[in-house]
Amino acid sequence: MNPWYDLMAEYGTALDEDRLEDWVELFVEDCDYRVVTRENVQQNLPNVLMWCDNKNMLRDRVESYRQVNLYNPHYDRHVIGPLRKLGESAFEASYSLFQTDLEGTSRLFSVGRYRVEVAGKQIKTMLVIADTGTIPSLLATPI
Amino acid sequence: MKVDWRRNDYSRVPFRLHHDPEVYELEMERIFRGPTWNYLCLEAELPKPHDFRTTWVGDTPVIVSRDADGKVHAFVNRCSHRGALIVRELRGNAERLVCLYHRWCYSNAGELTGLPFRKGLKGEGGMPEDFDMRAVSPTRLRVQSMNGVLFGTFSDRTEPLERYLGEFGTGMVKRFFHKPVKVLGYSRQRIAGNWKLYAENLRDTYHASLLHEFFVTYGVDRATQKGGVKMDERHRHNMNHAYAASDSQEDALKAYADTAARLDRMRLRDTKLLEYKHEFADGMNLAAPVFFPNALLIQINNTIGTRQIRPKSVDEHEVFQTLFCYEDDDEAMVRHRLISANLVGPAGFVSMEDGEAIEVVQKATRSAGEACAVIEMGGRGPVKDETHRVTESPIRGFWSYWAELMGVEAPGGIR
Repeated sequence: MNPWYDLMAEYGTALDEDRLEDWVELFVEDCDYRVVTRENVQQNLPNVLMWCDNKNMLRDRVESYRQVNLYNPHYDRHVIGPLRKLGESAFEASYSLFQTDLEGTSRLFSVGRYRVEVAGKQIKTMLVIADTGTIPSLLATPI
Repeated sequence: MKVDWRRNDYSRVPFRLHHDPEVYELEMERIFRGPTWNYLCLEAELPKPHDFRTTWVGDTPVIVSRDADGKVHAFVNRCSHRGALIVRELRGNAERLVCLYHRWCYSNAGELTGLPFRKGLKGEGGMPEDFDMRAVSPTRLRVQSMNGVLFGTFSDRTEPLERYLGEFGTGMVKRFFHKPVKVLGYSRQRIAGNWKLYAENLRDTYHASLLHEFFVTYGVDRATQKGGVKMDERHRHNMNHAYAASDSQEDALKAYADTAARLDRMRLRDTKLLEYKHEFADGMNLAAPVFFPNALLIQINNTIGTRQIRPKSVDEHEVFQTLFCYEDDDEAMVRHRLISANLVGPAGFVSMEDGEAIEVVQKATRSAGEACAVIEMGGRGPVKDETHRVTESPIRGFWSYWAELMGVEAPGGIR
């Protein structure tokens, strides 16, 4: 299997299985993880919903979720589409993210695309461009 | 519509008011289209002649547009002909705004200026000779700008904006917008709860350091810091505020001993998230002035923005946030503001919980009938400013003004 596919399979599965600490380990130390919306990108506006510009900020976010933040109890399900190569170490892919609550009611939470730059077997930059700019309820666990 | 308030100080609020569609319809008419000033957008979003953008006042779609002379207008985004949205884009630049359905044309001031086949074809069809375009133009709002913040009102009875916002409200607009701003972008959060639950949340300083544990754990804001609540004379607007680093660790440890807060055990690995670069003369690192009915300004450290409440139905609203920087910020400051933006918005470390808190109230109270919320933190009776934040009395101020506009004040109700 193509190592990029393996990487993205683990990316989605780690989030879906609430292995956020494993998800963090998919990134290099000097990484950049950003969630932005299409509305802002189209207007050339730099606003972010989440921005971690190194791995420690990712660790901080996960620790805060584990210890401090309260959010809607839910299960995530990422469906990641085919990868499209953008260069020697870059690709993009569409995603759909469904959320299911504790009583089993599912909803579409977010659709959009990933733009990824890799360094070896890890992620250097992950830009999440969400078409779904209207966040249902709140955005806690990463996309 | 009738409301049984039980008490004249609004310390009991029936949950039904968050679920009754009739109440919602009346609110749109008597509050949002009534004698109130509503936040529309920022002038910085319409820098050039013929720029326009769409917004909402309550659930009424509105176009804000700048004419050739630079004057800003606002009018209902609904074609006079058969009711289609005139503008479907979020923003743009056009001298004529044209409805897609039958191509009726409007000026930047919202006047109907022309329509196809008005005189018919070859002497047949067309509009009646005496058809008066002006008489059917879309409803216009009165617009006023305060330091580049645009407010609009549907009512001729609304008092002047400065008087409406009061001394502290006016002062806070001028504080946040003391020099030209540049928009950094938007975020939208769709919360499955009545819009008044959000309005209450903004007036409830009691919840901030309890629900948003991040505040306390990492020392951004604790109830032990110097701060308080301020209101206008009518108690319809309010502000929660705090001063950076104005309490001691010992005081905080003692105060939060019986909560789950982990004051002394956690540190961020990357502390730049919480860096605060002093930029306001008053020393506040947290300020959230809220303006009845639909707006607030928000400063958390160096993140600054506006939020607009957009009711969507009796059980749903959108929180539309616009973050900005100052035009003279250097690149490093813009980056710092964007990193601080991790604190606010739908994914904010100190704001994400609000969406969940409101939704679980909406869920649990649907079946509550005439049962009431208990609002006594900070005391009963008259509502007043406080120099502490262990209070939710601004919520009672909100309901008092809400009741006045809705024509359902409690007998002998406080104001």
